[in-house]
Amino acid sequence: MTEKKRETPLLDELEKGPWPSFVTEIKKSADKGNASSEDLLGVLERSYREKIGHWKHGGIVGVMGYGGGVIGRYNDLPDDFPGVAHFHTIRVNQPPGWFYTSDAIRKVCDIWEKYGSGLTNFHGSTGDLVLLGCRTEVLEDVFKELTDIGFDLGGSGSDVRTPSCCCGKARCEWACYDSMQVCYDVTMNFQDELHRPAFPYKWKFKFAGCPNDCVASIARSDMAVIGTWRDDIQVDQAAVADYAGSLDIAKDVTRRCPTRCMGWDGSTLSIDNENCVKCMHCINAMPKALSPGKDRGAAILVGGKAPIIGGALLSALFVPFINIDEDVEDLYELCEEMWDIWGEHGKNRERIGEFIQRVGLGNFLEQIGLDPIPEMVIHPRTNPYIFFELDEEEDE
Amino acid sequence: MSAKVEDVADAMFEMVKEYHGKKNLKALDLTKAMIKKFGDDECDKKLCKAAIRSLMDTGRTTYSYVGGSYIVLPPDK
Repeated sequence: MTEKKRETPLLDELEKGPWPSFVTEIKKSADKGNASSEDLLGVLERSYREKIGHWKHGGIVGVMGYGGGVIGRYNDLPDDFPGVAHFHTIRVNQPPGWFYTSDAIRKVCDIWEKYGSGLTNFHGSTGDLVLLGCRTEVLEDVFKELTDIGFDLGGSGSDVRTPSCCCGKARCEWACYDSMQVCYDVTMNFQDELHRPAFPYKWKFKFAGCPNDCVASIARSDMAVIGTWRDDIQVDQAAVADYAGSLDIAKDVTRRCPTRCMGWDGSTLSIDNENCVKCMHCINAMPKALSPGKDRGAAILVGGKAPIIGGALLSALFVPFINIDEDVEDLYELCEEMWDIWGEHGKNRERIGEFIQRVGLGNFLEQIGLDPIPEMVIHPRTNPYIFFELDEEEDE
Repeated sequence: MSAKVEDVADAMFEMVKEYHGKKNLKALDLTKAMIKKFGDDECDKKLCKAAIRSLMDTGRTTYSYVGGSYIVLPPDK
């Protein structure tokens, strides 16, 4: 039985209001004669009516040689909605910082209108350019045409997911390292890990140029590389004085400093940089007067994740400072060490942050050969008992 | 290392065939099994990675996603 087309009273509600509507976009695609978009409207209306999702995902779907990049999606009502019986998602590795020429976007869209639904996500929450909806038999053709214009598939499954980064030095004055270059280098260095899944579960890299962390790397990635600096915040006292005319510096800046390391006497701003935790609040509040120090690099944090399986985790600091523009090889080595131990002992679908919680940070650090430092302490110990090795006492 | 990529790939392929329909194998399951089979002086993770790539590029095996990523026989085999 085929549903009568375009009776979509529930979807139509989502077109009301001043904001853009995904329903309107799907209808536009359907109006061009795209059968999958037409059936997508039908199945979605039915899902809203029945309050049941009609999608399932997974299985053996992909392109030759790759284990990631395509997420198989099928409809459980193929007889009613044959246009979306297969509706696979293709993740395309986005350029660092999401910079495209309009010509590149036109070419991608032309390919997608030729083979798929014509519907896209710019961009998915993974960071990838996401192409929504095609059949299994066109995957190789889409892949070939995408590679012909210089694009590659991104990650999916238990692999390195497509690394993503902020716009970095291309467009931001706070970037403490070249996040786009490092993102590109890491992507190229870990091509095998990106395309051939070999981990217990997914691994996400995100690169943020400064502690504002515009890509939310600390909460959404297994390895967050966040720009920082080691010396003093640069202060232009004359510009601070200019701000004093329009901004209550004591109320809105110094009293909001999380470590109260700033002072304002009405004419001069003082900063106890030893106690600055690089929160960026003062720099964001007075961008013309303050800027990060000159000795810039990045901190590496590990173990963050969003709550899909289990709860959300924030990353823990592993490396307080690295000159990553020059020492990116050190990041590769750290990854290899962590992947070895996680691959060996991690459970299926266990993210590295969960693995570290299970085995203990101390044990994990010992296994990967990283010395513990005070900056790694997330909170005061809750267990009053202290265990130590006898040989440590003898050494002392 | 003296084991050849092709030998390790063949051994992996036999293992995937043997377990087909019984247990899904991850890349790491195959890697551990090969290091045990050939010995760690003959075979390491890098060699196993090359063998898996060979299996995938020749189409003898493929990846499936069932909650995690597994190495399986292609549907037509």
